[in-house]
Amino acid sequence: MPAMAAREGTLSQDDIAWLRRDGFDLNSATVARYRDLGRSRYLDEQLSDRIGDDLPPEISQLLASYEVNHTSTNDLLIGLQDEQQKIKDMPEGDAKADARKFQQQHANDLLQQAQQTEMLRAVYGGNQLKEQMVWFWLNHFSVYAAKGRIRWVASDYAQNTIRPHALGKFRDLVMATLESPAMLEFLDNAQNAKGHVNENYARELMELHTLGVHGGYSQQDVQQLALILTGSGIVPPKRDNQPPRLSPQMQPLYIRQGVFEFNPNRHDFSDKTLLGQTIKGSGFKEVEQAVDLITRQPACAQFVSRKIAEYFVGDQPPQALVDRMAHTFRRSDGDIAKVLRTMFESKELLATRGKKFKDPTQFVVSSVRLAYDGKPLVNAKPLLNWMNQLGEPVFGRLTPDGWPLDSTGWSSSGQMSKRFEIARAIGTGDNRLFTPEGSPKVGAGFPMLTTRLYYDAIEPNLSAATRDALAKAASQQEWNTFLLSSPDFNFR
Amino acid sequence: MNRRQFLFSAATAALAGPSLLSYSGKLFAAPASTPRFLLVFLRGGYDCNNLLVPYSSDFYYQSRPTLAIAKPDASNPNSAIALDSHWGLNPVLKDSIYPLWQRKQIAFVPFAGTDDMSRSHFETQDNIESGEPTGERTDYRSGFLARLSGTMTTVPSIAFTDALPLSFQGGKRDIPNISLRGVGKPAFDERQSAILSGMYQGTPLAAAASDGLDLRQKVSKELQDEMMKANRGAATAKNFADETQRIATLMRDQYRLGFVDVGGWDTHVNQGSTSGQLANNLSNLGQGLAAYANALGDEWNNTIVVVVSEFGRTFRENGNRGTDHGHGTVYWVLGGKVNGGRIAGEQVAVNQQSLLQNRDYPVLTNYRDMLGGMLAKTWGLSGSQLQTVFPGAKPKNLGLV
Repeated sequence: MPAMAAREGTLSQDDIAWLRRDGFDLNSATVARYRDLGRSRYLDEQLSDRIGDDLPPEISQLLASYEVNHTSTNDLLIGLQDEQQKIKDMPEGDAKADARKFQQQHANDLLQQAQQTEMLRAVYGGNQLKEQMVWFWLNHFSVYAAKGRIRWVASDYAQNTIRPHALGKFRDLVMATLESPAMLEFLDNAQNAKGHVNENYARELMELHTLGVHGGYSQQDVQQLALILTGSGIVPPKRDNQPPRLSPQMQPLYIRQGVFEFNPNRHDFSDKTLLGQTIKGSGFKEVEQAVDLITRQPACAQFVSRKIAEYFVGDQPPQALVDRMAHTFRRSDGDIAKVLRTMFESKELLATRGKKFKDPTQFVVSSVRLAYDGKPLVNAKPLLNWMNQLGEPVFGRLTPDGWPLDSTGWSSSGQMSKRFEIARAIGTGDNRLFTPEGSPKVGAGFPMLTTRLYYDAIEPNLSAATRDALAKAASQQEWNTFLLSSPDFNFR
Repeated sequence: MNRRQFLFSAATAALAGPSLLSYSGKLFAAPASTPRFLLVFLRGGYDCNNLLVPYSSDFYYQSRPTLAIAKPDASNPNSAIALDSHWGLNPVLKDSIYPLWQRKQIAFVPFAGTDDMSRSHFETQDNIESGEPTGERTDYRSGFLARLSGTMTTVPSIAFTDALPLSFQGGKRDIPNISLRGVGKPAFDERQSAILSGMYQGTPLAAAASDGLDLRQKVSKELQDEMMKANRGAATAKNFADETQRIATLMRDQYRLGFVDVGGWDTHVNQGSTSGQLANNLSNLGQGLAAYANALGDEWNNTIVVVVSEFGRTFRENGNRGTDHGHGTVYWVLGGKVNGGRIAGEQVAVNQQSLLQNRDYPVLTNYRDMLGGMLAKTWGLSGSQLQTVFPGAKPKNLGLV
């Protein structure tokens, strides 16, 4: 791949189209870096994860102030247990009702902190390709916050389960989600034990996470996988963090990692047959064998490659591209960075430019990136409100299939007018992004979108209809609103 | 391009192809004779036992020492209003719903609901809105009202909500949504709307962009006119009746299938009986439905409203003078020509033995079977159309429509 960046002057249309999909659209910093490095070095730097997850100092400070970000998962869960015990011991009455209310409020605060963390990293993260993949995998391995204790572990899930593996091996990512308290709680594997088998996670692990609904497994395979998964769960906080009582043969089979545990007392040790292969009853090793087996199926390479291409390239991505990505997936044993490289170096990525409608997350994140261009905001609540209004809050998908990746879910008439209203809130500055929570609203002013970035990277490619609309704008605020509402900005 | 030109070109574009169906109804007034259907979803699981009071059951009074509503008693204004020899109505509905009962324009269906046993708000709401058999959901993104709307060509549909509810998701055509709780000024004036729509001309989203903007313009204008006529100052709905009158304005002329939801029913603590949270909510709901009937005028005779909720609540009150998540509930069916003034559907005596898991009402009438029977009758749906709307349902005719 030749380095095609022009160091001076405007970038080529190909460069811009490529960069708009590589990140949550453009801002000055990403364009400048791309100019410096050229496309292939820019991509290398992202895929090798050398950039790090650094944020502007003000944003880092804001994130560090959140309880979810300075408290360990174990401590959060112990805190929850203490709160629950305190409430249980209180006599019935108003004080108890108030304590319950307070606990709910606390849980909602923790969730909002987790959601804000994810949105702020998407807006300000330097490795924009990685930030998109973090969102993509959070959605692929979707968990719903309102269930069980997930509000307490949602941030851990994003930061410690998904993020470290977002560009790594797919198999490691599956194992990380499998051992995460969020997934164990959401799909009930924490309850899956010998004699009380729960198939929920086993089914979705194959149907939604790896093979796809027609991925060549049977109901028999689901049942066998459920048996393999018995005993993998969450350390019961009631046990004061002591290991369970185990017989001498069982003791070496016990595994504990953070709040994950494999409890051999709860495991079914029979031999299993999964996808035609025998898996000897041996304890947690069965899980590793099963995940190896599943993630090496050709169906898994196809399914995962197609979803990635659907997110970046088009609602119906070209089959030839998906096939090449799947080939890379198999050849590299599920190396996500290599699969992404195949896609980002493909001709199809550029040939389909301007055809993919941004989902609400991409729209909100890219609007804030373009409008404020790296300026650190002080209040991320409006970002969450906008995600709620557009119906795509992170950790808010009830069903385990994640938010739709195609445009049909996001382009109804109600969605469009809501999107224009949010473009207006951002474009006119009529929002609280720069007003600290709790302080009276002060006029933060409207952003200036007519910048060098605009003239270099956006203006040259605008359609006639959008130019026409911008020419009719009666004020800078209106001009901003039209640009953020335009099809040119909302498709990439 | 001015607004008139724009509307003209949108109309021309709409007539040119299948996007005709995606147009949200402003170009075609629906034939006057087609029936109207409004689904009202009470989110949170309302306590049906203090709406429809089983006053002949001693077990009711034992189970609710602080929450029970007194047996009908002419000298006590806080006693239940007798509907028949077993059931009474919460007296807060005396001036709103009871007159409809006397005109036989409302029926109640007790022991109604779904077979989803999760007792989780979200799972059960989703279960009902999907309309698919429990445990056999094949499409997480498809709602039964969307499928219903898709089986018919002359039924313009709309959700009166901020976001499109699952009930209306996943259909073949665009379903608009707009909340009528408050009527602020629309975000964009006509000039701005025309410019925004203009940018999308010739793109696949042209109709969606212009429909969405246009609906907001139109609604705001109509409702402001209406409010000026009524000489009411406040633009924000403080109660459901303001909202339902606005809904009636749209359902009267343009739309035939609607959805609205009302929250605040999850009364775990201090729910009250004939005063308090639940009474306020019921009173607000009752006034809203009565106002809807009134605002529709003659068209009320051509209208059906069904009120549902995800589940009922525990039959016994809890330690906080509230009730917890339960199972079976009571649905309401209203309309000028419904066969009302009666308690419909299969019933059992209300006592401890008949409770499900010694906790709550069982479900004897599944919502899919009941709505399926009703909708099929209303619109003359074929068996296969009905199976699209509610796969695997066995439509039940409760003789209501």
